[in-house]
Amino acid sequence: MTPKKFDYYAPTSLREAIKILHTKDDAKVLAGGQSLLALMKLRLATPSVLVDITRINDDLSFVKRGKDSLILGSLTPHDVIERNETIKKLFPILADAASKIGDQQIRNRGTVGGSCCHADPAADLPTAMTALDPLFVVRGPKRERSIPCAKFFVDTFTTSVSKDEILTEIRIPLLPRNSGSAYIKHSRREGDFAIVGVGAAVILDSKGVCKDVRISLGAVAPTPIRAKSSEKYLKGKKLNESAIGEAAEKANEEADPPSDMHGSREYRLAMIKVFTRRTLNLAVSRAK
Amino acid sequence: MVRSSLKDEIVQITCRVNGKTYQGAAEPRTLLVYFLRDELNLTGTHVGCDTGHCGACTILMDGKTVKSCMLLAVQAQDADITTVEGLAKDNKLHPIQEAFWENHGLQCGYCTPGMLMSSLFLLQRNPDPTEEEIRRGIEGNLCRCTGYVNIVKSVKAAGEKMRESGKASGKISK
Repeated sequence: MTPKKFDYYAPTSLREAIKILHTKDDAKVLAGGQSLLALMKLRLATPSVLVDITRINDDLSFVKRGKDSLILGSLTPHDVIERNETIKKLFPILADAASKIGDQQIRNRGTVGGSCCHADPAADLPTAMTALDPLFVVRGPKRERSIPCAKFFVDTFTTSVSKDEILTEIRIPLLPRNSGSAYIKHSRREGDFAIVGVGAAVILDSKGVCKDVRISLGAVAPTPIRAKSSEKYLKGKKLNESAIGEAAEKANEEADPPSDMHGSREYRLAMIKVFTRRTLNLAVSRAK
Repeated sequence: MVRSSLKDEIVQITCRVNGKTYQGAAEPRTLLVYFLRDELNLTGTHVGCDTGHCGACTILMDGKTVKSCMLLAVQAQDADITTVEGLAKDNKLHPIQEAFWENHGLQCGYCTPGMLMSSLFLLQRNPDPTEEEIRRGIEGNLCRCTGYVNIVKSVKAAGEKMRESGKASGKISK
């Protein structure tokens, strides 16, 4: 299977890459290529220009702990996110999600920025990110801007990154003490896309009462979504079995899942409850 | 600018494969696996599914396993690649190859080149993996014959061999 013909550019700086994107029509950014090339081989995507950003000298592959956030370079591979000790400690939800992507070869090559910009609603990292409410930092020809998570994912395969902008960093606000996070994916086979993916970040006080919580759902709407009624229900409650069970029952209220060969709408609506309960339990167990 | 190419233009690509420098020509859209097989005549790397699922085309690129059907040949410019042809040294099989032979880790052999490369990557990182770790390490490589039992056995045995000979640090034939 061979992609349709395209012009290939391998710029050596971010500036140059943005300039090419700005001047060319129908250009696509190539990072790890584990989603884009698959689409191009099937001719579901036929960009006329590819801008390979893996050869630029600006360092976009890093994990940095800032004062109030964890900063991930957009070209950080899934394999690093899965294994990085700082991530495992601060945001196990991201390691959970990265470890469930595809297989080792895909995790070696695929990048966190690529996965988020591809914006497949069933992908693991976009869903996990949605529970952490990060800022997506993008650079364009004139300026850099930060896009809040709620505005980043617009539709299936669509983000608010403009055609001449490149995602450079993801800034994830650090969670306070007594917080925990987790992501669980439900799929028929290991490495498949999620039938339902659930992320959760819980912040407890010293008595185990929920100060704040974010629950994200993947593969159940055109973008990853938050289970807001469950979140609202849990705030101020002690996160015991009955509260988590009740919250899980409400978790599918905002969902509008599709029916496809991986699962029917009804099945997904039922599974949202099951996996919200399991993910909340795991996140709470990590908070203690 | 490393490379800017026009449509239909043939690109010259230089990379190191199994310790030797190769140069070859390809279109920007040529997949790396076809470049290796058709242009460099390194046909040990197999094309299985051609869609990125089966892992038969797995190679090491700059020390990490990748599926060479999921990369463009132009992305291998200046890369350091190891294919299955790079495993044996001086007519002696690599311990992983020996272990697959001794433990019946292959039947038809089609998936084997990729399976060997994934095993090598796994054992370099984790010289003494558990069965679960082995199964996870080769999850990107499909085998239609063996049912994986003997492959897992082979990887385990290969780990023992490599630990014995101190090769687990990642020395492979150059």
